[in-house]
Amino acid sequence: MNAPLRKAGVVILVLFGLLFANLNWVQGYKADAYRTSDYNRRVTVAEYERPRGIIEADGQPLASNKPTDGQLKFQRVYPEKEIYAPVIGYKPVDNAETGIERSEDEFLAGTSDKLIADRLSDMFTGDNTGGGNIVLTLKTRAQETAWKELTENERGVKRGAAIAIDPRTGAIQAMVSMPSYDPNPLASHDSKTFLAAFNKLNNDKQKPLLNRAVADNKPPGSTMKVIVAAAALQAGKTQQTEIQAGPVYRPPGSGADIRNAEDETCPGGQVTLKEALTESCNTGFARLGVELGAERVKKTAQAFGFGQKDLTVGNLDGSGLAVASSETGEMANPDGSTDQAALAQSSIGQRDVRMTVLQGALLASTVANDGKQMKPYLVQQELDSERRPIYTASGKVLRTPINADVAKDLREMMVSVVENGTGTKAKIKGFEVGGKTGTAQNAEGADDHGWFVGFAYNEKGEAVSASCVMLENVPGGHASAEAARISGLIMKAAAGRGGD
Amino acid sequence: MPRIPGLKTHRNAELGLLGFSMVLVAVYGATVEANQYDKISSTFWVPAALLSLLFLSLHVVIRFTAPFADPVLLPAVALVNGMGVGFLRRLDIAKAISDKDPYPGFFAGVGGRQLAWTLASLILAAVLLLVIRDHKQVSKYAYTLGLIGIVLVMIPAVLPRSLSEINGAKLWIRIGGFSIQPGEFAKLALVSFFAYYLVRKREVLSLASKRFLGIDFPRGRDLGPVVTVWLLSLLVLVFEKDLGTALLYFGLFVVTLYCATERASWLIIGLLMFFGGVYVAYLLGESVGGPFANFYDRAQVWLDPFNAEFYEREVGGSYQLVQGLLGLGTGGLFGTGPGAGSPGFVPEVRNDFIFAGMGEEIGLFGLSALLVIYLLIVERGLRAAIAVRDSFGKLVAGGLAFTLGLQVFVIVGGITGLIPLTGQTTPFLSSGGSSLMANWLLVAMLLRISDAGRKPASGGPQDRAAGPKQPPAQLHGAMTEVIKP
Repeated sequence: MNAPLRKAGVVILVLFGLLFANLNWVQGYKADAYRTSDYNRRVTVAEYERPRGIIEADGQPLASNKPTDGQLKFQRVYPEKEIYAPVIGYKPVDNAETGIERSEDEFLAGTSDKLIADRLSDMFTGDNTGGGNIVLTLKTRAQETAWKELTENERGVKRGAAIAIDPRTGAIQAMVSMPSYDPNPLASHDSKTFLAAFNKLNNDKQKPLLNRAVADNKPPGSTMKVIVAAAALQAGKTQQTEIQAGPVYRPPGSGADIRNAEDETCPGGQVTLKEALTESCNTGFARLGVELGAERVKKTAQAFGFGQKDLTVGNLDGSGLAVASSETGEMANPDGSTDQAALAQSSIGQRDVRMTVLQGALLASTVANDGKQMKPYLVQQELDSERRPIYTASGKVLRTPINADVAKDLREMMVSVVENGTGTKAKIKGFEVGGKTGTAQNAEGADDHGWFVGFAYNEKGEAVSASCVMLENVPGGHASAEAARISGLIMKAAAGRGGD
Repeated sequence: MPRIPGLKTHRNAELGLLGFSMVLVAVYGATVEANQYDKISSTFWVPAALLSLLFLSLHVVIRFTAPFADPVLLPAVALVNGMGVGFLRRLDIAKAISDKDPYPGFFAGVGGRQLAWTLASLILAAVLLLVIRDHKQVSKYAYTLGLIGIVLVMIPAVLPRSLSEINGAKLWIRIGGFSIQPGEFAKLALVSFFAYYLVRKREVLSLASKRFLGIDFPRGRDLGPVVTVWLLSLLVLVFEKDLGTALLYFGLFVVTLYCATERASWLIIGLLMFFGGVYVAYLLGESVGGPFANFYDRAQVWLDPFNAEFYEREVGGSYQLVQGLLGLGTGGLFGTGPGAGSPGFVPEVRNDFIFAGMGEEIGLFGLSALLVIYLLIVERGLRAAIAVRDSFGKLVAGGLAFTLGLQVFVIVGGITGLIPLTGQTTPFLSSGGSSLMANWLLVAMLLRISDAGRKPASGGPQDRAAGPKQPPAQLHGAMTEVIKP
């Protein structure tokens, strides 16, 4: 019976061969998939072995770590809670990060190629040095002012957003979205706490998880007139060019009249372009838009950044918070010809025109920076674990929609809006402030949205800040005045340096 | 025993290999401490030294009671056993660190208990070698052993779940905090019984046949015992809810049957019957449920372990399997290094999943080496079977060695997702006394039979050199049945 015994040996050999082949499959071919599987807690534990980098602004930590006794050695904490949440986002244990925590995840976690030196030295010393740190461009005073003024607004508005930018560099000085949320429970190590907090926020009708400053767009109302004015100036008109106005305008082929917000706004037949902007003359700009044609209006809007779908704001290298696109709408009839009524309404920021708050701020910043639009960014510096700079942002021109002459004209016209027109609430002592208000009608029966886009120059003539504030559904009319007031305060805080 | 001049016993080779094994175990322990504490304590060698002392004692016993035994078996098994103790101690150290307890004592925790079980197992092995000087003696008790085997197999099946079920498999007898896996001992008893029975029946089973499709098939009435064992193993599958155990018993029987009769037809019939039965059980589990449901669930989990529904399932889900696979994957080719992985994520890492836990730390290369050692043990056992002269010894050694290999296949295949997962222990590695004791008894039996196979036919070298060929030794009271026309 030796022959069958030898065959039994062969059977065992085959069975072990199967085991060996399968082990190669599991530990070789599938190893990477298993190593990084969502079910693999080791990934999480290893991630929490080293402290995640700190996110800070003006030397103030906005996301940091607290050592724990648990298996996950560090608890992510957000000391400022709601104020910075839309920018920083949160870092949950088992789910996807958001905000800067997401876009700078590799650097914060220390796994970025940029931090290879840290990892190599860890390998020799056996230490777990922390991930890289992120310094934001935000100015804490501007951010706090924006949050305080927005949440304590005088009109009881529940939703809105504000952004301030340094027009000379594109550095974001403040970015606030209301309502916001406390990211701390979302970073909880207890999955039940996370889920409860997440579900509550996610089901909230006010959408606190939505960053209204960049990820949402709304009809911009009269702030659109800045773009139409730019188109007119580029088409050869001047500040003093007389344009047709009047109390009522019925665009060709339309049943709906366009009227002015107040009876006393441009009642005469003719106003100058500067007066029309200062008083926010609807009939004048609607006619102007129709006169310029849909192509020109759309082109100018696109030159300012409308229609760009892939803009991110974060690191100038490309990763960052995704920015929703701003849109002009088609303004066309089904046969392809221009829909004059739509063009007229679009020229005053109604119909299908949509703008993000960031786009509003970029509009003002372009005017303030002699027509050059700087690419907006949030990450000022990336520091390694020893706080040595790995990357430092320096301004980058994104596009140049208008030349310096047109920019100068627009600047003077917008300063006139704040000095003599609808935006007087935005005035700041010691600064030259310009801007444009906007009141956007939306759904039937709903309150208007209030907008303000503006900029401020200091006494030395430097463009220190540009901003945009948007308040959703402001009860009781005059929606833009409160936006103008808040805008002025944010820019004042952003322009201040040191202790003032 | 006096040394026979001119005939090599290879006992010194065994001693040398044993020393090498224990050095590996000590190095493993040192690496674990280096990774866990960032330094190596001055006493890292103590567990390895204690184990060496134990194995050395068995080596001495072998020198005197089985001087011609295979010299590779003991060192190979000692290495696996030592690695098991080392890994379990590694779990204790990790626990002590997370509980902020001091350095665990050498007899504390699962590692310490395993050390104690090793002592008990080696005593049993030594007793077996001392008491059973000739393996043919066992055949006298074949029927008793057969009865004991069947009773041991059936006990967990008839006991209520609370006394017999762990992790969905009813393979245990649980009394208080103590649990015994009787199946581990049953396989020893059953092998002896099968071997005896088949030596008697082999003529009938191998000669009387009908030819069909070019293969000789046995007569209907001779199928009786095969059908009985087949039914028994399917009952085990259904009532003990464990495919692995069923496969183990059935495989054991079919292989001894095949070796006894030298008929491939028995293998084919056996395999077809088994896998047919398993498939029917799967279908019944899907449609009828009841006692078949467990097997159906396990097969489902095996087919798609990463399915979220199975993963979340509290009882009988795929959580363990998935965590084991993730551990193996995390280890990759080289592993994280002993003591540097996170076996704590696999709940049963000290028992069924020890191979996955070790795999994370020693990687594909380490596990392959471990598999090769198992293969070595099995092939050495089969070699003992080939070398020994009597049929009973051949069948016992062949059956035991094959069962050991099959058990490794069943559990390692289970945790790596090759076959549905079963509640088997990993021989010599898993924590637990029953498995360790039974498997050491198995090794002692293999040592005994290999000694019989390698030593001179009788007495001294003169006989071996010149004497006439001895007729094969007869079993006690074993009359070979002859075919009646």
